Amino acid sequence: MNHDAYDDSYIREILKTIKRIALVGASSNESRPSFIVTKYLLERGYEIIPVNPGLAGHTLLGQTVYGSLRDIAGPLDMVEIFRNSEAAGPITDEALALDELPKVIWMQLSVRHDAAAARAEARGVKVVMNRCPKIEYGRMSGEIGWQGINSRILSSKKPTLAGKGFQKFTISR
Amino acid sequence: MSAKHPGFSTLAIHAGASPDAATGARATPIYQTSSFVFDDVDHAASLFGLQAFGNIYTRIGNPTNAVLEERVAALEGGTAALAVASGHAAEFLTFHCLLQPGDEFIAAKKLYGGSINQFNNAYKNFGWNVVWADSDEPASFEAALTERTKAIFIESIANPGGVIVDIEAIAKIAKKANIPLIVDNTMASPYLIKPFAFGADIVIHSATKFLGGHGNSIGGLLVDGGSFNWVGDKRYPMLSAPRPEYNGMVLGETFGNFAFAIAARVLSLRDLGPALSPFNAFLLLTGIETLPLRMQRHCDNALQVATHLSTHSAIDWVNYPGLPGDRYHNLAKRYSPKGAGAVFTIGLKGGYAAGVKLVSNLKLFSHLANIGDTRSLVIHPASTTHKQLTDAQKTAAGAGPEVVRLSIGIEDAADIIGDLDQALAA
Repeated sequence: MNHDAYDDSYIREILKTIKRIALVGASSNESRPSFIVTKYLLERGYEIIPVNPGLAGHTLLGQTVYGSLRDIAGPLDMVEIFRNSEAAGPITDEALALDELPKVIWMQLSVRHDAAAARAEARGVKVVMNRCPKIEYGRMSGEIGWQGINSRILSSKKPTLAGKGFQKFTISR
Repeated sequence: MSAKHPGFSTLAIHAGASPDAATGARATPIYQTSSFVFDDVDHAASLFGLQAFGNIYTRIGNPTNAVLEERVAALEGGTAALAVASGHAAEFLTFHCLLQPGDEFIAAKKLYGGSINQFNNAYKNFGWNVVWADSDEPASFEAALTERTKAIFIESIANPGGVIVDIEAIAKIAKKANIPLIVDNTMASPYLIKPFAFGADIVIHSATKFLGGHGNSIGGLLVDGGSFNWVGDKRYPMLSAPRPEYNGMVLGETFGNFAFAIAARVLSLRDLGPALSPFNAFLLLTGIETLPLRMQRHCDNALQVATHLSTHSAIDWVNYPGLPGDRYHNLAKRYSPKGAGAVFTIGLKGGYAAGVKLVSNLKLFSHLANIGDTRSLVIHPASTTHKQLTDAQKTAAGAGPEVVRLSIGIEDAADIIGDLDQALAA
């Protein structure tokens, strides 16, 4: 896998197939990117399980916060790492030590750990690094264009409204 | 979409413009509305908190304008763009994002006269200080650097035409000083020159000119190259500091490589207000669909006209970099190989009187203060735009009494040449 430039089809497939996401490094500060991403993905129908030892047991956007990945019951489709690159190594190893492997390990924009990625891929886990799932979802759906951002996607198919108003698209174009 | 890297002409038509989600309209609809209904209260809060993509109020963003923004970002190879009311507004918002009172920026001396006025006079009220350098001598930019320098500003092809700037040499100086290089790409358009490929960080456009191309709408854009790292850089608090406008959000961290375009929208455009009319955005978009065809024709016509005039008995000199032997010919071949633009100046042997006579006698050319129209345009700066200057100042500005500026249109070249010949002979 070339982690410098992902095919849109690789990202789209991941965003289309995953449902249950543990978000490590969740924040209750409304101005932090991790809070914004949690909220956005919840609104798009994903199940988000926030992970943050400092907030364990509290509720964030209606979801119970866990202290670590180990504490979460049941299988995860994806572990999203909202920590710095150094921390991404041990978190990846923690994810790989779970009883049931997650399908995807996703490191947030600016987070990259190539060795950890290689360990995950050796176990058959897909890896995305240095990307934001909200930005990627917005690119695929066409929403991101409302902010003048170059989605790098051309399509003669109309975006699909997510229902409930006119300001949410889905990625099923 | 099969092509991974669509070509320029494909982007000029398609980038940003999928069919309308609500109606399937294939042409981009004109969303002529001030405001947009929120899906619910929480959605409204998300939009105001910059937590969701979406539309609130046309001063901040509009779906028609957004297509123009994504289109131009794609054509320039940038990460994002912001469309505003004019090229001047694009410059204003760019500097508002970068400068604090008492700061400096270095600008090339050879610039559009309107930019010179803006920098010399209007910006003084904000404590933004321009320092002039010579784009023919890139080292002069390095010599002008101080601790307060926050940016460098140049034009890719400099108005009033005939000047190609060594963008890469100046970009290296900006990079070394770790300040953004802003390139006004109005005269070239991304069809001829893509400044990001040569190290620019921000690109500015007056879309009124070649982008729109039909002389029917005033508009401007700023484009984020995504190359400058604002995070943690205290010199640029609009991008690196927690913003009181958004509950302490740090835009550079939250929006990554398109943070500059977002800051220009949510801090500068939102609070200063020079929004683009969606109707103008629609006209500009329609123009851009044919940009590659028009721009090539503009350049091909300009080369024919310049070649003809260079041997005309009434003409003293022709400043067109497309002509072999021109002082900028080598730079033109390197930076703008498809053509050297369509705006250039000529010197008349008969001086001031000949300039006035030429402008009066032309029948196809329109005498007006614009460039980059489908129509051929002419102006005699000494009797119009530069009339208030002394003769010495006129000459220094490239607007001496004998100088006439031409913007060559996309009519038949024979008719353009015929009009010039009859006017020079009359």
